[in-house]
Amino acid sequence: MSLLEITSLRTEFSTRLGLLPAVDDVSLQVHPGEILGLVGESGSGKSVTGFSIMGLIDAPGKITQGSIRFEGKELVGANEESLRQLRGDRLAMIFQDPMMTLNPVLRVDTQMIETLQAHRSMSAEQARARCREVLVQVGIASPDERLKQYPHQFSGGMRQRVAIAIALLLRPALIIADEPTTALDVTVQGQILFEMQRLTRETGTALIWITHDLAVVAGLAQRVAVMYAGRIVETGPVEQVLNAPLHPYTRGLLDSVPANNARGQRLHQIPGMTPSLVNRPKGCAFRNRCSFAGEDCAVDPPVREFADERLVRCVRPLLEVKP
Amino acid sequence: MTTIPLLDLRKVSKRFTSSQDLVERFAAKLGLAPPVQTVHAVDQVSFSIAAGEVIGLVGESGCGKSTLGRVIAGLYSATEGEVLFEGKALKHAPGIRPKIQMIFQDPFASLNPRKRVGEAIVEAPIAHGLLPASQATEQAAKLLEQVGLDASYARRFPHQFSGGQRARIGIARALAVEPTLLVCDEAVAALDVSIQAQVINLFMDLRERLALTYLFISHDLGVVRHIADRVVVMYLGRVVEIGQTAELHDHPNHPYTQALLAEVPRLDRRNIAYTPIKGEIPSPLNPPTGCHFHPRCPHAMPVCAEQAPALRELSAGHWSACHLND
Repeated sequence: MSLLEITSLRTEFSTRLGLLPAVDDVSLQVHPGEILGLVGESGSGKSVTGFSIMGLIDAPGKITQGSIRFEGKELVGANEESLRQLRGDRLAMIFQDPMMTLNPVLRVDTQMIETLQAHRSMSAEQARARCREVLVQVGIASPDERLKQYPHQFSGGMRQRVAIAIALLLRPALIIADEPTTALDVTVQGQILFEMQRLTRETGTALIWITHDLAVVAGLAQRVAVMYAGRIVETGPVEQVLNAPLHPYTRGLLDSVPANNARGQRLHQIPGMTPSLVNRPKGCAFRNRCSFAGEDCAVDPPVREFADERLVRCVRPLLEVKP
Repeated sequence: MTTIPLLDLRKVSKRFTSSQDLVERFAAKLGLAPPVQTVHAVDQVSFSIAAGEVIGLVGESGCGKSTLGRVIAGLYSATEGEVLFEGKALKHAPGIRPKIQMIFQDPFASLNPRKRVGEAIVEAPIAHGLLPASQATEQAAKLLEQVGLDASYARRFPHQFSGGQRARIGIARALAVEPTLLVCDEAVAALDVSIQAQVINLFMDLRERLALTYLFISHDLGVVRHIADRVVVMYLGRVVEIGQTAELHDHPNHPYTQALLAEVPRLDRRNIAYTPIKGEIPSPLNPPTGCHFHPRCPHAMPVCAEQAPALRELSAGHWSACHLND
């Protein structure tokens, strides 16, 4: 059974220009202990998908359709108190900017112990011991001194480690990480990826890694879902999707990465720009930029299933593997 | 060699010193103040750029790559050393300043939000007397077309453009004064992959059409590998390695370059076990003694903590500053 099951999720924002579906008909599964990479360019709806799972969509946004089942419980329409109990306990989130997690005027130990005591009845001493344990787990040396410090005394990479440590405190079943290493330097990013990989293996926590960087997903994730203009266009095992993409958009993305082009040659480029949600074309949102598009792309493409649990939302997938 | 390089850096250093307030100055007179803190943002950097070459300048945050870019573009003056452009010192020949233009990561920050982009683009050449105001509209249209934008966009304001279009406007603006050297500071870092590819292609087209020379500052080794002829690697203000792009990527000599290349996530490496180097970049306020990299270096020896290694040529054009080569 899957840990998280999202079915036809639709999250809309009401604006002066009307209702904009930031996430439209998204279906996803995450299995226990799995790392899923959720990839897309800015505005593709990948972060809003993450926020929807966490129940963090505030007005003017609203989940208008679909269901999110987590450990068998329905999260869409659940009351705020039951969501609060879930968040931080079974379900945790790491943001791109760790200062979104950390309170700048509280010491790190205050914040960490607060999180523990909000969900479990334990003494401050027991809580402190657990904090120390988790800080060591994420690779912070001398945890006792670090616990007494304020967030501004940490470097960017260290802050992100503290944010990860807070997410791990209550041994959640699922962590949603929204571009957690995008703002970090390459060597620090390498360290964080290393810790995350080890932690999911040791604790059996599942991870949704939201990123725009296909290369990070290649090294980290087992499965990948690619989003474009609010929809998931392709899902499948990392190996297969990156080696032989089925959707023309995934193919275009992979081709425009410099490493996949001969040095000094012109890069393959996808013509045009990501459509804004206001004037998203009818049918397949990618068809105006797609070199394989035809008449039949003007209707909403159905999701088709291929071998190896691959799904693609395209009427003309690149490889005609036996369905 | 008689050819003069387009740009020659000779032991360029840039130091920033915190200014003292009144109490501190008073205390200093009495000999009580703490010593003034100095950041060696750029420390004795020497290299040259030939005309038509693309140099990639890479390093992590705080390594001084942006500061060096600004010194070259003339936005900062060097504390020590000389920047020679076509053999002439930058500070003694103000007329050559328009020949070096800078492109920033966020073009929105360098555009006046209340000015139409057409006016913003030709502002500099008019101010320098390179363009009569009567031809401004025509020239703006020409520049916009050169960077792949529609000439009618000249009437729009900066907020009406997407990130990729703004990057193009930033490029058009730099090209307006007909520079020979473009200093691109993380010019494609903020763009999405598909847009980034378009802008990189534009850079390469322009290089061919206008015979431009680039100093391409970036933390993204993938982009630099694609576009650059030679790569300069910096760590905490110093150059640690210089080499031809292919040579440097295939045979990195300095342990820092090796670590940097090993850490870069790549599409062809799946489910790899990351084995990171320890620690983070130390504060430039208080850099380690000797080789700045020695506290994180897996091969550090006693000498590394005492002496700063000099850049030495290993093979033609491949320089590295490491005691392991002694």
